[in-house]
Amino acid sequence: MVYMEKIISGNEAIALSFSDSGGVFASGYPGTPSTETMEELARLGRVYCEWAPNEKVALEAVIGASIAGGRALSTMKHVGVNVAADALLTLSYTGVNAGLILMVADDPGMPSSQNEQDSRNYAKFAKIPLLDPADSQEAYDFVREGLELSERFDTPVILRTTTRISHAKGVVTPGERLEPKIGPWVKDVPKYVMLPNFARIKHVKVEERLLALQEFAENTPLNRVELRDRELGIITSGVSYQHVMEAFPNASVLKLGLAHPLPPGKIRDFAGAVKRLMIVEEMDGIFEEQIRAMGVRVDIGKDMIPLCGEVSADIIRVAGGEKLPPVAAAVENLPQRPPTFCPGCAHRGLFTILSRLKAFVSGDIGCYTLGALPPMNAMHSTICMGAGISAAHGMAKVNEIAGRPEKPVAVIGDSTFFHSGMTGLLNMAYNHANALVVIMDNRTTGMTGGQENPGSGMLLQGGKTRQVDMVTLVKALGIDQVVEFNSYHLAEAEAAIRKGMETPGPYVLIDKNPCILRYRVQRPIRVVDQEACTGCRACLKVACVALGLTATGEKPKVSIDPNICNGCSVCAQLCKFNAISES
Amino acid sequence: MNVFNIVIAGVGGQGVLMASKVLAESALAGGMDAKQNEVHGMAQRGGSVISFVRMGEKVYSPVVTPGTADLLISFEPLEALRYLHYLKPTGVLVYNSVAINPSTVASGMAVYPTDLPEQIAQGSPGALGFDALAIAKEAGNPKAVNMVMVGAVMKNLPIDPAIVRGVVEEISRNKGGEVNLRALQGGSAAAMHEREFAGSSSVSTS
Repeated sequence: MVYMEKIISGNEAIALSFSDSGGVFASGYPGTPSTETMEELARLGRVYCEWAPNEKVALEAVIGASIAGGRALSTMKHVGVNVAADALLTLSYTGVNAGLILMVADDPGMPSSQNEQDSRNYAKFAKIPLLDPADSQEAYDFVREGLELSERFDTPVILRTTTRISHAKGVVTPGERLEPKIGPWVKDVPKYVMLPNFARIKHVKVEERLLALQEFAENTPLNRVELRDRELGIITSGVSYQHVMEAFPNASVLKLGLAHPLPPGKIRDFAGAVKRLMIVEEMDGIFEEQIRAMGVRVDIGKDMIPLCGEVSADIIRVAGGEKLPPVAAAVENLPQRPPTFCPGCAHRGLFTILSRLKAFVSGDIGCYTLGALPPMNAMHSTICMGAGISAAHGMAKVNEIAGRPEKPVAVIGDSTFFHSGMTGLLNMAYNHANALVVIMDNRTTGMTGGQENPGSGMLLQGGKTRQVDMVTLVKALGIDQVVEFNSYHLAEAEAAIRKGMETPGPYVLIDKNPCILRYRVQRPIRVVDQEACTGCRACLKVACVALGLTATGEKPKVSIDPNICNGCSVCAQLCKFNAISES
Repeated sequence: MNVFNIVIAGVGGQGVLMASKVLAESALAGGMDAKQNEVHGMAQRGGSVISFVRMGEKVYSPVVTPGTADLLISFEPLEALRYLHYLKPTGVLVYNSVAINPSTVASGMAVYPTDLPEQIAQGSPGALGFDALAIAKEAGNPKAVNMVMVGAVMKNLPIDPAIVRGVVEEISRNKGGEVNLRALQGGSAAAMHEREFAGSSSVSTS
């Protein structure tokens, strides 16, 4: 049989490999840059896979699948592991039955994340192996390797990618396809019940396992020594290996495919074989810290390779003492082009009103976080999934203690609400906060590209399912004041939000307009009557990219790009001169 | 190392990623190693998008560093200027001259530069700008701008144009195949025509 080579992303390679490597069950929560792994698995259609409401649920479901004898995969972005960490740290103790991989996608440079945490820390923290692929082929190979490692050492395995591995496409030659085999489902109380008495025994085993893995790390081809010129030796892993090969193709390299635990013997030998030792790792200096602790001299490390942002070939060249050829500078002071609400998005109306009411908005993670940007400037805190509601509760309590009458306004989307907002709202009901919560229930996980969730009524692999009703759910959590509103209708929305802010106690507003991108909503586009337009710019406050000023004239007028307008009419409602109408 | 570096710039929703896919798959079909990479996630929300395609005998990094692009393809003139510094001195810039307002301009916080063609020509004297939207509309779909742009640079690629056509046909077999091939052809013809009458580019709005 000939296996066709193809050019696919790291995420696609992971999905393909899990599908080819006897995978049985997969569960994850969408998060850039990890999302496409589950989507590709669903597209391939050979392995059962599902979206969970959050990463903790996903990992726990995967633990159950492994205990029941099925090879299992959980996918999430780096911050998702924080949510799943409770499960992960004890999963390290129980170990697995069938192979279990936790795929974690880090986001160096944060093109779409709220922090830049380095997931390699979790491998150290949980004392489990971590594989760090350097391209799509390795992403494919390491899934199979990881499942075998997991079963051989009775441990969960972290498969860690970064944005440039998850999203970069490279050539992959798939391996032989294995049939899924499901092992026995066995009761084993001391292994799976982590009562203190059993856990104490298990902790010793975890430490022993780590030593055994360290010995494995010394000899596995996953850790590869490439001896070339001995003047400069570089220890690296993941995508940094590719940047190293661009920067110093003739240098000797120790490429770590197994990035935890490290092989001290191999590292000492390598360090001894080269004249200058450089360590190239993106984000934290985890290798460097451990290698220095081994007593190995490091000549170039985090003093030259930044802790923040992505590593590049140019950074490595400079760190290695090379001078960069002069390059033309980027043109400065160009108008910025930040992401913004889609033309026609329901969030535009909401933030137009919140901006007008000058409310303190306790925000959350989703498209609506863009409401923090100018000209809206209508979000004032965003920490993590669900914090919008929980933090608004704390604000409300301090306001109450301080005698301030204002209510904070929490804004959260449906998927984020199911993920971590529900418990915060339960707390608001329980401890009675004087706060307003706005749930933008657009029935999709929007920011990551429109994934299904418990409110969408659809499954990851297609097919209908029970659709959770938001109003019923909110009431069940103990909130009595629940009102639906329509954020496209500015006057109605303003009245509803005002009432919510003025009525004492916990109050929830729900907007049920669907995501226009996910559900392909298109309304009749609008046009500006150039005679009626006075150029007052009131409509521009909605920050819609369909709007623009005509370039000429003393008081330039507004025009609407018919290729971009989605017909939501929010701009028209702000026009005092009735200059904007349906075309 | 003989690697051909391409940077594709544009605005979220313009199909930069599909164009990148066509170029990377064409390289593979042409017997080369290739890597393609972009930063997305918030890409559909009208933000600035940049994608890299690298092809050659052996490609390591998926990232093109500033000053090393052989070819810069921009789907929008302001984005052409934003990423101009990626071009190497001998690199070629081909751009769609139809402007799309960034949200900062649309909300009146910034002004869209009026002298873009001049600024672009100053940084890249051989730059080629043309109205790709008109050609896409002519081909049957304004969203086919991405295929028009691929067509316009076919001559600059180290790949046989017939291979690129084959990949476009294959990728859009189920949907929009004919439109895409017409767009590809239209882009190719426009680039040839514009090169003959060089220096007539200007920025227009749609």
